Amino acid sequence: MSKNLRIPNNKFIDQTSRISFKFDNKTFYGFKGDTLASALLANNIHLVGRSFKYHRPRGIMACGSEEPNAIVQVGNDASMTEPNTRATEIELYEGLEVTSQNCWPSVNFDLGAVNNFFSPIIPAAFYYKTFMWPSNFWKLYEYFIRKSAGLGKSPTEPDKDIYDHRYLHCDVLVIGGGISGIIAAKIAAKNNLNTVLIDDKNTLGGTTIFQENECFKINNSYSNKWLKKEIETLKSLKNLTIKTRTSLAAYHSYNYLLARENLTDHLDINEKKDKIRQRLWKIRAKKVIIATGAMERPLIFNNNDRPGIMLASSIKKYIDYYGVKCGQKVSLFTNNDSAYETAISLNNSGVIVNSVVDIRDKTNSLIVKQAEKLGIKIHWKSTVVNTNGYKKINSIEIMKLSDDGSNVLGKKIKEECDCIGISGGWTPRVHLFTQSGGKLKFRDEDNVFLPDKTGLDQISIGSCNGDFELDQVIKNSVKLTNKFLKVNNNDFENLEIITSKEIDKKNIWLLPSDKPLGKTKPFLDFQNDSTANDIKLALREGFKSIEHVKRYTTTGMATDQGKLSNMHALGIIAETAGVKMGELGTTTFRPPYTPLTFGAIVGRNVGEFFDIIRRTPIHDWHVENKAEFENVGQWKRAWYYPKDNENMHEAVQRESKAARDSAGILDASTLGKIDIQGSDASEFLNRVYTNAWSKLEIGKCRYGLMLNEDGMVYDDGVTTRLSENHYLMTTTTGGAANVLSKLEDYLQTEWPELDVYLTSVTDHYGTVSVCGPNSKKILSKVIPDLDLSDKEFPHMSFKNALIDNIKCRVMRISFTGEHSYEINIQSSYARSVWEKCYDAGKEFNITPYGTETMHLLRAEKGFIIAGQDTDGTMTPVDLQMDWVISKKKYDFIGKRSLYRSDTIRDDRKQLVGLLTDDPKEVLEEGAQIVAEKNKQPIEMLGHVTSSYFSPNLNKSIALAIVKNGKKMKGQKLFVPMQNKTINVTITDTVFLDKENKRLNA
Amino acid sequence: MFLINCPYCGERDQSEFSAGGEAHIIRPKQPTEMSDDQWAEYLFMRKNIKGIQFERWNHSHGCRKWFNMVRDTSNDKIHAVYKMGEKPPV
Ligand SMILES: [Zn+2]
Repeated sequence: MSKNLRIPNNKFIDQTSRISFKFDNKTFYGFKGDTLASALLANNIHLVGRSFKYHRPRGIMACGSEEPNAIVQVGNDASMTEPNTRATEIELYEGLEVTSQNCWPSVNFDLGAVNNFFSPIIPAAFYYKTFMWPSNFWKLYEYFIRKSAGLGKSPTEPDKDIYDHRYLHCDVLVIGGGISGIIAAKIAAKNNLNTVLIDDKNTLGGTTIFQENECFKINNSYSNKWLKKEIETLKSLKNLTIKTRTSLAAYHSYNYLLARENLTDHLDINEKKDKIRQRLWKIRAKKVIIATGAMERPLIFNNNDRPGIMLASSIKKYIDYYGVKCGQKVSLFTNNDSAYETAISLNNSGVIVNSVVDIRDKTNSLIVKQAEKLGIKIHWKSTVVNTNGYKKINSIEIMKLSDDGSNVLGKKIKEECDCIGISGGWTPRVHLFTQSGGKLKFRDEDNVFLPDKTGLDQISIGSCNGDFELDQVIKNSVKLTNKFLKVNNNDFENLEIITSKEIDKKNIWLLPSDKPLGKTKPFLDFQNDSTANDIKLALREGFKSIEHVKRYTTTGMATDQGKLSNMHALGIIAETAGVKMGELGTTTFRPPYTPLTFGAIVGRNVGEFFDIIRRTPIHDWHVENKAEFENVGQWKRAWYYPKDNENMHEAVQRESKAARDSAGILDASTLGKIDIQGSDASEFLNRVYTNAWSKLEIGKCRYGLMLNEDGMVYDDGVTTRLSENHYLMTTTTGGAANVLSKLEDYLQTEWPELDVYLTSVTDHYGTVSVCGPNSKKILSKVIPDLDLSDKEFPHMSFKNALIDNIKCRVMRISFTGEHSYEINIQSSYARSVWEKCYDAGKEFNITPYGTETMHLLRAEKGFIIAGQDTDGTMTPVDLQMDWVISKKKYDFIGKRSLYRSDTIRDDRKQLVGLLTDDPKEVLEEGAQIVAEKNKQPIEMLGHVTSSYFSPNLNKSIALAIVKNGKKMKGQKLFVPMQNKTINVTITDTVFLDKENKRLNA
Repeated sequence: MFLINCPYCGERDQSEFSAGGEAHIIRPKQPTEMSDDQWAEYLFMRKNIKGIQFERWNHSHGCRKWFNMVRDTSNDKIHAVYKMGEKPPV
């Protein structure tokens, strides 16, 4: 453990500032600039987790977002802990605490590893096949699967961090700050285009920035030196915004992109406080340049998943960038030239390079010759047939490949090593391109999918576009960018570029072993533990489509979305099925490219900002008088006003009784109010309501029912004719916005010839409703000048009035069946009018009541609530409200649908009243209604829509919809509940005051 | 996320708009004279085209105007927007 695995390298890491961190409760040290992965490797820790199914020890494999194994839990605070974070992307900071996940009880001793010994009986789809039967065993299986599989733990308390959303508009967005992205950003910004360059790392420069090799030179200096100068000039360009630590999450149509910027994740724990942690950028770019590079492929061979087996290019980054040796005796295994760059870097840093195992016959490229010159041993035309070492690799076994590559032959060579770098070639990162709707094409020569057709204003450049050699990358990036931006930049002309060119290519998707395939473990998806054998099994079992094979074997379905495994899965499927890879297509890459935190997704829309909260102008009075509130749409409405220690039932019973015995007062401000004006206003109302409006006198009110074009009840409310061409419509609280939209739709699209203007005035007026036998006396105290006689001011009429010189509209309308007034007044005066009425009513025991009592009172009268007693399948006829349908009008919205063959059926579900045999028994709303007792199965005839205990009738009452209910009056039915069956009788819907005497009481 | 060119306001983000289904379905002037089948055709039957489709959209969080759009549903490309009552482009 005390081995020194650091080499002096201060280019990117500040080796003078030491940082302490905790991994699995043990303290370690790293340096500023390290990632958690590089710091762990420097401490000789490879083992960081266990695989999902077999619980095999797994180590760090990569150095970026494609990392499949090093998935850790950050922090142990119940509100801030974060699961499924990649150690390769966590920047080290003072105070960082992480634990390995997916291992129980610990990473070094894992009970689930017993699965590994049973692995021959855990093939693909094991979970589907085994645990599905017997189904009642699932509870038992689930406990163990969840416990031993686990993908980290969620925080249990609200996130304390602050997140943010911002919009960004630009001419050109360049994604990726590698060499091609830097070239493109420079060209764009120098041509007066407002340019944004983003990169997910903390420094620009991609892999070139640490490429210091004789084989890669630009204008006679190492490519890293040249690029460093370019980056310096970039920083002085004023049209350019550079955002590092910003990863592009999603690329949607119309060049709308989401990027997450990490603002504090890299800061010391005490510097993070009170700062915005992450910002989600919502970017609208005129043009997008994708320069996301490529990622290295692994090789698929027996036991290719042990800790210490890493991507060759990652080993190179750890040594050249972080100054960390991933091992002290390293072997390399490759099918292409790039592993030689790693071999040379390691060799130059004093690491022993055992050999390079190359599956190719022999090749003479510049870089290979350089490696040979340094004395690095190469096993040509060979493959690794096995690896050894449980928690860390300790040796590999090498054999010669047969000519066709399907077999191995000769003598087995064992080579001791503590790390092996594997390279299976490169996969262009086309994820964002396909997310944006782009179509891919396949290049046979090196088996890569490349961007082909797109409907958006975008290009892909550099290695994500299939250019892998330095001169090509530069030349094509310049050419494509110039053409795309329609500019003529010549900054990069006449560059003298030296690059090693790959001459020979060879690829074997599944490398052979001396053991039969069934006895090997060639892993494809390291996180989800699927092997090449699982893919072959799926194909034998008849799965053909890549999407099906993927789901059956779970290949590519882990948190890394199969970044490393997809190509090999496709390759093996194509080979086994005997089809061409290009014809097979690829799986869909869905956003986000890398996982996003929920915090970043919701931004500031948490807590009180989660949704808009609407409060009435009288709200504070309700709060001061201890009201309980209920949410109605976005509104907070007073629900009931408990006195002393009353519970809800007791309060509602008291309020309901008081309203009928003497007087009640309700805040009705939330009702939707639409001001309707214009010379065709009457005609408009005729068309949108079921009843007739032309003859409504000025100063009178009328109840209206609004249907959808399919004949179903949509909304209802009272509308008042204020003057010849002026109406005030009220709607239900929840339906207000939709009603206005619907009316506007008809006005704009079907009846543009009508002279009608609609204005929402819901928030402009507060509404105080006073009801009960003493309401008239109370109102006469509040507005003494108003003649309240039934002759002057009858039910369903309206008067303009003044309260302390403030104009108000008084409607005599009733939703309770009581003598009742509604005062509409400018919102700012609503509370004072409410208090005036309350004070005036004190001598009559005026009782404030909330929505629950309002619902009870209207149910006693059989008045419906649209949305509670109706559900979008009820016509007015179903509601027994035939009286509200005009027979004379030629047309109104929904009229024709009222006599479709389906709507005129007798046996539709219809609104009825229900009385329980036991008057004390209150039905549950939503309870089902049947015709026979103790029979199963049985047809459901309908359900209870409203149910209350009526204190005024001293019995339980309910409204229900029942099939053919209209004809069933007096009939006994049953409401089966969990522990009993309730006997009920169908009745009329009006329970109280059928003659409407109370309205004029 | 589309960028929609409202014929009254100009280019705005899709989140300001609501889609309103197929365009150019005219509410019959004499519904009472229609058979159940004819009425059902108007009421329920909508095309769901893969390709060029004529749609109604509303700038619901903007000017609240309804307008029509020609959109290719296979790639979401908006070929034209035009006001209610205007002839659809060919
Ligand atoms: Zn608009």
